[in-house]
Amino acid sequence: MPRFESNRRNIARIVFRPANRRDTIRSMITEFLLSKTARFLGGSSIRWVDCQPDTCQRVYFANHTSHLDVVLVWSALPHSVRKLTRPVAAKDYWTGGWIRRHLAKAYNALLIDRNEIKVHQSPIDLILREIGNTYSVIIFPEGGRRSGEGIGEFKSGLYYLSRKKPELELVPVHIDNMNRILPRGEFLPVPLLSCITFGPPIWLENGEPKIDFLNRAREAVRQLKEV
Amino acid sequence: MVIQIWLLIGVVVGLLTIATAIGQVLKRQSDLNLNPAAVATFNTRLRAWWIICCLVALAFVVSPWITVVLFGFLSFWALREFITLTPTRPGDHRALFWVFFLFTPMQYFLVGMDSPQPGLGTYELYSIAIPVYGFLFIPARVAIAGDFKRFLERIAKIQCGLLVCVYFLSFAPAMLFLNLESAEDSAASPELLLFFFVVMVLFSDAMQFVWGRAYGKHVIAPSINATRTWEGMICGAVTTALVGMALYWATPFPSPWQAALMSLIISVMAFAGGMTMSAIKRDRGVKDYGTLVEGHSGLLDRIDSICFAAPVFYHVTRYFFTAS
Repeated sequence: MPRFESNRRNIARIVFRPANRRDTIRSMITEFLLSKTARFLGGSSIRWVDCQPDTCQRVYFANHTSHLDVVLVWSALPHSVRKLTRPVAAKDYWTGGWIRRHLAKAYNALLIDRNEIKVHQSPIDLILREIGNTYSVIIFPEGGRRSGEGIGEFKSGLYYLSRKKPELELVPVHIDNMNRILPRGEFLPVPLLSCITFGPPIWLENGEPKIDFLNRAREAVRQLKEV
Repeated sequence: MVIQIWLLIGVVVGLLTIATAIGQVLKRQSDLNLNPAAVATFNTRLRAWWIICCLVALAFVVSPWITVVLFGFLSFWALREFITLTPTRPGDHRALFWVFFLFTPMQYFLVGMDSPQPGLGTYELYSIAIPVYGFLFIPARVAIAGDFKRFLERIAKIQCGLLVCVYFLSFAPAMLFLNLESAEDSAASPELLLFFFVVMVLFSDAMQFVWGRAYGKHVIAPSINATRTWEGMICGAVTTALVGMALYWATPFPSPWQAALMSLIISVMAFAGGMTMSAIKRDRGVKDYGTLVEGHSGLLDRIDSICFAAPVFYHVTRYFFTAS
């Protein structure tokens, strides 16, 4: 019996290694194609206002208007930064179906279980554990896609993230025009030009109340529309 | 025909080189009291013209289809810019999708299917596809989406974008399928006609700009465009006509006077295009879209004059200088 087991493990190793490599290549191709398609469809111009691309640990927080947002923000980052950046996404949505699972893998997405939030396993702890001291994350603090103009109230995740790890740079990101390119409830995109603006980082002030901080963060995103 | 093509290309490359040299010299002059922004505009325009001329010249060597497809992409991009600047409502989404992915490719497909042989052309089809059938489709689709707010205004904007960016511009590659009267004549190649047209539009733009800068006093409509003057427009048109006359050996027009007149038409229409697009941009307000398309603004700015001059030039040539 032990012999059989070790044999099986050997076979497993032999079988799985090429499969993994093939998966990696497939992920790379998916990543390449998708970011190019998203860039073409989004036609996006990318601006860094009082902020430079950097590989230090950051939280990019953006307004959320369409399914393409994750891809757009992610592909707007330079390659060296992109490698170290993981979008945070809902597990229940991104594990449904082969394509979504595959995409989540290509983007190295950090999947959060929305349905089973436990006290000792809060999403914030999970994110902090997953990113360690290397990765940055992209989050959409509004929680869901907005149907119209304007930016919704931020959920408190950003606050807790910053309180538990104050050295994280919080970089506001504004996505303009995406609600016209792929509005909520539509599946065919209209290829207009969008604009992604990265703004100056903010930090949680010492003893700043949650509501104030979230409003300040939301304002930071909103005012990038005007610069 | 080969000699004329090379001659014309030589003239164009020469002119562009001279203009580039002037642009570079102006960039280094600080005591001439020139607006650096204006010089920068001039230099970016020049760069665009080098590219456009290279692309059109490429069509000689390869095939008319290349030109048709290239202009198709130009249209697509221009339309993106146009609709981006134009406020639309969620109810327009589906109509816009078909505008981008059905009407634009269809127009260029029909143009590409055109043929100089009588009875085989698709002119009758593509010349009404967007003005008639596009205009039947768009309001109906927007109405079905169920949003009536500012309905007329919205459909007019979409139709206007489709006409200016796609329909008008498609007459430029359509020139390649004209059956020119003096077909035996060596200078009557349609490729040369298109090249002549594009070069004259760009030249006219440059001349109106230069004359306007040098002698411009009477601004035509200050609230729309502060740099376009009567002096620039008239002197530019006259210069374009003279140069067109000098280049008549490279055109299908039998006499220098006809070449001059055609160049004059080009120049006036190019001016009209520039003014119209300025008015549209002014109406949208610079601030609204300035941030939005910053970085890659301006394909529409580059080709607005071509859009307006192409249909007029095409039709005048078609009615007076073709065999059919």
